[in-house]
Amino acid sequence: MKEIILVKYGEIILKGGNRPKFEKLLMDNIRNAVRNIDNIKMNIAQATIYITPQNDDKIDLICERLSLVFGIVSVTKAGVCEKDMEAIRTGALEYCKNALMPGKKFKVEAKRADKHFPLTSVEISMDVGGYLDDKIEGLVCDVHNPEVTVKIEIRDYAAYIYCEQNKLSGQGGMPIGTGSKATLLLSGGIDSPVAGHMIAKRGVEIDAVNFFSFPYTSERAKEKVIDLASILAKYTSKINLYIVPFTEIQLAIRDNCPEEHMTLIMRRFMMKISERIAKQNKAMALITGESVGQVASQTLAALNVTNSVVSIPVLRPLIGMDKKEIVERSREIDTFNTSILPYEDCCTVFTPKHPTTNPKLVNIEKSEAKLDVEELIEKALAGIETITVYPKM
Amino acid sequence: MIYLDNASTTEPSENVKNAVVDAMNNFGNPSSMHRLGINAENIIKKAQGNIANIISSNPGNIFFTSGGTESNNTAILGYCRQNKKRGMHIITTTVEHPSVLAPFKMLENEGFIVTYLKTDNFGLIDLNEFEEALTNDTIFVSVMAVNNEIGTIMPIDKLKPIMKKKAPKAVLHVDAVQAYGKIPIKVKQWGIDMLSASGHKIHAIKGTGILYIADNINIFPLLNGGGQQKNIRSGTENVVGIAAFSKASEDVLKYNKDYVGQLRDYLKNGIEKNIDRIKINESKKETQAEHILNISFLGLRSEILLHSLEMHEIYVSTGSACSTNKPMPSHVLTSIGCSRDEIDSAIRFSLSENLSFDDMDAVVEALKKEVYNIRKYVRK
Repeated sequence: MKEIILVKYGEIILKGGNRPKFEKLLMDNIRNAVRNIDNIKMNIAQATIYITPQNDDKIDLICERLSLVFGIVSVTKAGVCEKDMEAIRTGALEYCKNALMPGKKFKVEAKRADKHFPLTSVEISMDVGGYLDDKIEGLVCDVHNPEVTVKIEIRDYAAYIYCEQNKLSGQGGMPIGTGSKATLLLSGGIDSPVAGHMIAKRGVEIDAVNFFSFPYTSERAKEKVIDLASILAKYTSKINLYIVPFTEIQLAIRDNCPEEHMTLIMRRFMMKISERIAKQNKAMALITGESVGQVASQTLAALNVTNSVVSIPVLRPLIGMDKKEIVERSREIDTFNTSILPYEDCCTVFTPKHPTTNPKLVNIEKSEAKLDVEELIEKALAGIETITVYPKM
Repeated sequence: MIYLDNASTTEPSENVKNAVVDAMNNFGNPSSMHRLGINAENIIKKAQGNIANIISSNPGNIFFTSGGTESNNTAILGYCRQNKKRGMHIITTTVEHPSVLAPFKMLENEGFIVTYLKTDNFGLIDLNEFEEALTNDTIFVSVMAVNNEIGTIMPIDKLKPIMKKKAPKAVLHVDAVQAYGKIPIKVKQWGIDMLSASGHKIHAIKGTGILYIADNINIFPLLNGGGQQKNIRSGTENVVGIAAFSKASEDVLKYNKDYVGQLRDYLKNGIEKNIDRIKINESKKETQAEHILNISFLGLRSEILLHSLEMHEIYVSTGSACSTNKPMPSHVLTSIGCSRDEIDSAIRFSLSENLSFDDMDAVVEALKKEVYNIRKYVRK
């Protein structure tokens, strides 16, 4: 029996005039996501993308990859058969017999999108259900609590059969590219990858910036950030990572500014440098993993101080989340185990003993004025290392 | 490049590289009946001879494994699980390598009673305390020959006589990964029943270790299958790695411990003279291995110093895997009574004969500069 993949997409159905453009973007992203696996054929009809793999062996791998593409709600393998009741009956038996073990509770759920088909949805369900019940000994029909649900969709060109239990949930959201670009401040921690994922999910392309303080942080810490970027790239297809040399700035702050202002001045440098990088690369916003009150530099007073140096929007998708919720998300998107590897990141080495939690902007600005901010930034920008990071599979 | 991390791994020697290529050309399976198999088997036999020579054993008692970790696991788990009917008490020390401590922990969870012998400030166990710990129920003792973090040489030659008196059933396992080729080892004379060693610590390649097992020692194998190596360790032998181990064992006979000792003294004196606020974590002169020098540079965090030295192409290791995210202070330094500051700032320099006195001068110069810089910037 011929097998294809049915991809259902969500939110873009609701779009008006932009819908065809968004659908094309989604199809481009799908092709891109599986380009190393198979040269797939795709067509689109009735809010479903039909994917025919060239190579049948790769079908499960393709489904797995597609479940990570933003904009997709579900991915299902399905058997294809003619729109003829005899073909549908035998097709359902053939395609689902591995799942329909004796003793299993099952039901059949048909959907008739093609209203010209002579039987109604309920009639098809009853017909096929009765047939399967006859053919497989010990099967129990249970429409309320089925263990196996055989789905039959009668569409324009063919009938499709699959087991509901084999359906993979997609990420949801919007296809990448529908929402221009933003620049993510990516540390080695738990929060920033989650923040990046949340914004990317809304269709935004992501660049990442990391601040690197060798020898105060190690090569391994940098490798860890590249690993995190490559996990995010599973969802976004690729990420440009800008590694900014930061040691000189940190030492200058350390030498010239009061210890309790150290972190905030550092954060202000990070924001300014990120904004420059964003503008150079036509990104329209910054993304941070900040959450109110999580650490001293994330109190509202502190956010005021760090926010005041940039003019483009700063997106903070985690702002109202608890650490526990963020950790859950990071497990879901598979960045957690990399984030907790024990290498120093640039924030942890230079932390003052008693950072100020209720800073006044004028005081911070006064401390900062002791530095040649522009020169330090120019020097850091000149030393940037750019890495294009591809998905880690 | 100045490589001072030889206790982690060593650079394969030219002789070893050649031996590896030769062994790859003799690609037969040692178990095959034909000539190619016999050629490969002969490489293994020769290796057993070379290795037996280092530890004064018979070649037939040498078994090959994937490295020190597998050897330690095989000895500890394999012996204790097989012989638990004879007794459930086992003994080790608090300063062993994790590949010894972890299987002991497993056995503890399986119902064994474990005594962990503490050490004094020189990293040495107390033989009286050892004697008191032994009982009629003791079946197994594991003590390392040379400590990997500070280089203490344990009195392994004195253990068996005490065991014979107090716990006649007990067998003795020695983790000699840091000792093999560096200090004299006489398994027969000293009554060692099992001994672990690893090739890549003596300029061979990673992935090959040995376990010496005396006659009459019964072990439950960890790996089961084709019955290779008298059914102690199934699996086709890693002939290439074994050839490397063999060649490196020949070469390590010429190990010049006096020279390495002079290098160590020279480096230690240079650091003592030029850098203040340090603490040397070592044993007594007569129980200190030449190739390991552990020093705390108080007031800084060792990982930062490590990376700073890296900029001078000087490679060392931290005394412990410690950082803010993983507050796990070294169990060895804790055991010899170091303070938290001493542990967090400890660097391990591990030497080899490939180094020169000029190298040591360069290391001292780099340390002077970097220790000063870091102490200036980083608050503890």
